[in-house]
Amino acid sequence: MSVLVFVEASNGKIKKAGFEGVVYGKLSGSPVTAVVCGEADAAEVASLGEYGANHVLHVKKNYDAGALVDVMAAAADKTGASLIVFPFDNTGKAIAPRLSARLKAGLVSGALGVPTTTEGAFKVKKNVFSGKAIAEVEIKTDKKIVAFSPNSVGLQKSEGTASIEEFSPTVKESKIKLVETKKLEGDVPLPEAELVVSAGRGLKGPENWGMIEELAKVIGAATACSRPVADAHWRPHHEHVGQTGVAIRPNLYIAIGISGAIQHLAGVNQSKVIVVVNNDPEAPFFKAADYGVVGDAFQVVPRMIEAFKKFKASQH
Amino acid sequence: MNILVCISKVPDTTSKIAFTDNNTKFDTTNVQFIVNPSDEWYALVRALELKETLGGNVTIITVGPTEDDAIIRKALAIGADDAVRINAHPQDSYYVAAQIAEYAKTKNFDLILTGKETIDYNNAEVGGMIAELMGWEYITPANKLDVNGRIARVESEVGGETRVLECEMPLVISAAKGMADQRIPNMRGIMAARTKPIHVVEPAPIDSQVAITHFEMPPAKAGVKLIDPENMDELVRLLHNEAKVI
Repeated sequence: MSVLVFVEASNGKIKKAGFEGVVYGKLSGSPVTAVVCGEADAAEVASLGEYGANHVLHVKKNYDAGALVDVMAAAADKTGASLIVFPFDNTGKAIAPRLSARLKAGLVSGALGVPTTTEGAFKVKKNVFSGKAIAEVEIKTDKKIVAFSPNSVGLQKSEGTASIEEFSPTVKESKIKLVETKKLEGDVPLPEAELVVSAGRGLKGPENWGMIEELAKVIGAATACSRPVADAHWRPHHEHVGQTGVAIRPNLYIAIGISGAIQHLAGVNQSKVIVVVNNDPEAPFFKAADYGVVGDAFQVVPRMIEAFKKFKASQH
Repeated sequence: MNILVCISKVPDTTSKIAFTDNNTKFDTTNVQFIVNPSDEWYALVRALELKETLGGNVTIITVGPTEDDAIIRKALAIGADDAVRINAHPQDSYYVAAQIAEYAKTKNFDLILTGKETIDYNNAEVGGMIAELMGWEYITPANKLDVNGRIARVESEVGGETRVLECEMPLVISAAKGMADQRIPNMRGIMAARTKPIHVVEPAPIDSQVAITHFEMPPAKAGVKLIDPENMDELVRLLHNEAKVI
């Protein structure tokens, strides 16, 4: 089964989800063609071979999502791919459903692992009910699209080289104009962060976020918050994680002074490891946690910062 | 300005998730259904705010059986003018999107709004599929939406930045956090909703593309390991040596 993988790049770098997409593609079939969209250094593009790409189509222009639907449709046509892979992130969500409707290719979004094919039935598992259950979904169409959840297969490197070709398909001019780009606060963008430090109403007020930001800085994490905190404007709403905010699945989620309402858990329960700090031992979040600290955040967090600093210093 | 808001019926967040028929069907016993939160809080409420300042009409649409009239009435109580129910079981995202597009093509909508994702199947697919089938532009996620003449101005937060985008209508937009605040229907709205029209439309012949064949529960967590609040070095050690996340 010939596989096509959407790989996003900007400022010379390929996004981590792009490398993971190539790994996902390699585990799903062959040959694997990676469509690199955006500016990427030659070495970055070549390194896709080590993750499993046999061939690379490099689209050097910076297109918006609408034009990228045209790019991926042209690449699918050129390669005759029967499986097209996207990451289930904001870019993937803007492209994959449109491509699915255009190519009449069934789509599964949020896949957890690689597809299986038994007796001709192509099936893939995905999260449903905000992580409270898993569904196995069969794609019935000839062409298939899978949008995988980031961190579902991880990065695996091996020997391999890819042939590289510049690709400049015709795309329709977009009616959407980019007027301006504003950088959001915080050093690490939340949806892609590997480590996240999050705090809730237990912090009592926005003036107490200094220690949360410091902790995040020490370990290189993004900062997040619960819904009441965003609604009270203690923190910007783009930091709100949970069912109605951003859903995340970092490697480490540290929740401080958040009780763990079911709506909050729905947005974070896919995190690999959850640490909960709360002075209430009955807080429901402890049931979803891997590690728990029952104590006053105003004492525990400064100690945690010191411990992480000591650890970081010992790593050098 | 005429806005079509797509709403989906989903189980309330606190519902117990269980399955029947050898784990092939969602068990709806004792499940309370609600309007999908981002469809209601963000898409519908922002549509109503735009209508209140610019004039026009807000129509809601869903694909579902007669039972779905209950959540349609809720959306009408919040303030939508009228409703369309495509009388069919929503088989998959493509089926739903194609039914909505078939209907929308016969009308003159300036905007079609959806929520960014439903909380049941977490697909985030219907908006983009409708846009493609209509041949319209599509923006997701939309965290702010304003309309000036024929131009929709959208703020979209992607990858650590906010993109300010402008597009001539019509287009499809998937609404996310920041666009509006939740509205609680008042008694007048609830009374008015009883007499607002729900147009029932028979489905077009559309084939679904995917099907759920089986459900399972995720593996259970091993249980929380409690750490002495005086000993954060131990936490760091466990995160490094045991969990291997730092």
